[in-house]
Amino acid sequence: MLERFRSPWSDRRAEVILGALACTVLAIIVFMIVFVAIRAWPSFHANGLSWFSAKGDVDQQLNKMVNSGANPTQADYQLGAWPLIYATLLTTALATGFGLVFAVLSAIFIVEFAPEWIRRLIVPIVRLLAAVPSVVYGLIGILVLAPFVGNHLVTSHQQESVRFVVQLSGTSLLVAVVILTVMITPIMVAITVDGLYAIPKSWKEGAVALGVNRWRAMWTVTVRAARPAIIAGAVLATARAVGEAIMISMVSGSKGFSPNPLDGITFIYEPLRTLAATIVEDSESINAPAMQASLYAMALLLLAGAFFLSLASWIAKQPLKKYGTRS
Amino acid sequence: MATATRPPLPPLRPPSDAGGRPPRKRRRNESIGTWRWTDRIGYAAMWGAGLLLVAIGIGIVGYMAFRGVQYLRPSLLFSHPQPDLDQSKSGGFLDPLLGTVILTVIGITIATPLAVAAATWIVEYGRPTWLARIVDSGIEIIAGTPDIVIALFGLVLFQQSFFGWMSFRAEDGAVFGRSFLTAGAMMALLALPMVFAATREGLQSIPQHVREASYALGKTRAATIRRVLLPSVRANISTGAALGMGRIAGDTAIVVVLLGATLQLDPQGAVPGLRTLTGTGGTLTSYVYNNSPAGEGNAPQKAYAAAFVLLLIVIALNFAVDFIARRGARTGLETSRLGAR
Repeated sequence: MLERFRSPWSDRRAEVILGALACTVLAIIVFMIVFVAIRAWPSFHANGLSWFSAKGDVDQQLNKMVNSGANPTQADYQLGAWPLIYATLLTTALATGFGLVFAVLSAIFIVEFAPEWIRRLIVPIVRLLAAVPSVVYGLIGILVLAPFVGNHLVTSHQQESVRFVVQLSGTSLLVAVVILTVMITPIMVAITVDGLYAIPKSWKEGAVALGVNRWRAMWTVTVRAARPAIIAGAVLATARAVGEAIMISMVSGSKGFSPNPLDGITFIYEPLRTLAATIVEDSESINAPAMQASLYAMALLLLAGAFFLSLASWIAKQPLKKYGTRS
Repeated sequence: MATATRPPLPPLRPPSDAGGRPPRKRRRNESIGTWRWTDRIGYAAMWGAGLLLVAIGIGIVGYMAFRGVQYLRPSLLFSHPQPDLDQSKSGGFLDPLLGTVILTVIGITIATPLAVAAATWIVEYGRPTWLARIVDSGIEIIAGTPDIVIALFGLVLFQQSFFGWMSFRAEDGAVFGRSFLTAGAMMALLALPMVFAATREGLQSIPQHVREASYALGKTRAATIRRVLLPSVRANISTGAALGMGRIAGDTAIVVVLLGATLQLDPQGAVPGLRTLTGTGGTLTSYVYNNSPAGEGNAPQKAYAAAFVLLLIVIALNFAVDFIARRGARTGLETSRLGAR
């Protein structure tokens, strides 16, 4: 028996074994979708499309599920997850938007304008920022930024204005977005820098030779040509932002509340909670069947989001292949 | 007199120095004062963004180092944590530290062979093409899946009675599904895309003639992979593995959902050694989470100290990547032991 394993593999056998291992990965994905969907079904079944709508206080609904015990009635599955979906979309869109500007500017700086000693400093910093665990970001957010926002930025007038709706304690949309931006920017910077380096230098030199200054040549020629890479980076960063659970649950106030843009500047100090953060926080009570179905339904939504983002990044990468650059 | 107001032209320089040295690399002289104001704003914003990025990086590392040095005591590393409200009695984080190490080892041990096999198959065989393409995008999807979703998937997967041996089984036969083994298996999914990408990159960069030379010597495809290709991408595999280990060590969601995030290691079962693996526990990340104001413990000093240790581990893994990459470049394909075996 052992002899057979020691003897060199034939080509056929190697191909089959390696191929089978590669296909396990596919099997895992299929299992993931099927299992999560099966457990999510009761929640969607009980709520229908109103699962995606706003139906009052989402925290109360979740609490009711915890208390519903082992045999929940159909009414216990009541859930309108819109506040959570809205919070996810809001934080992701804001962080990706700010991060995109920040990342593109930083990438231009790194590729073209930074003095040598700053470049030598900034490259390890980008890699380090990308590697810092999210719980460390969350710790800094909750112990440093949130108290600062709560004590110095939120005025008592603003506290009063929303007193009957929500309490402003510092853990807020603002802190969540700021930290999320810092978390996802390094990913975008890394991919954008690669994309900018992949653009032939002669293109930009051509522009400079025509009498354009260096900034304009970079901005109008190189950055524009590297657009697919920038979009690919943004998509990847979006995926990270959508799925970020721990950090958001630490710094966002963890309240199923929809920040209201009509509140003016107070809007950015209001608490919220995203889908992923909800799953982490309520995973303790996952043994209650109603809660379980709801959490898996949220996970299924996130999974669908991940699918669409993968598709989007694949589409974004197509023009890259045309230029013969890899990303 | 119109010509007098024009700025003087810069003096023409000879194309090369008289001494024959190559001309020194110098930035072209140009004054920002002549730029359009939109360009000036863009230029300033770019400098601002670059310097802000440096400031954020140095700020975070500096602050964590400051707090870490302030609160980290060697005794914390070697004492078991105790559930106690009094901070002087709540012990250190030996158990979470061990938990991080165990989980990382399990995760990377599962991920590396799987990822290397998948990458080798795609680059070296890759037939049928459609299947290879599906596997490729499948791994990309795994890379984009949030860790919390992977954790929930792990929970439902390992609560099947088929996987009962991996975790704790209750009296009525229900499988608990939470243990080091199950959490490690799901952590492997986090690390897999990184190892896969690094290995594939390495295999693709090996020139075709190396393979042809091996075939010409009468080696089979399988022997070529084992004796020639895999040894020369060893540096790539290690780089990917180090990155994956960093990802595993820094992940919290899977620990919270699939490992129980308990304070101490909590062995289950009868077999010594395996007891720990089938039991629940915690890692540094869950320790930080639980000791932050968001968790139950609320002991910021302990959280800072543990977060600093965690950061050191991640930074060390990053340095390892650099180190491997540099060594891999020096003893790259040209000087690898292609002829030694």
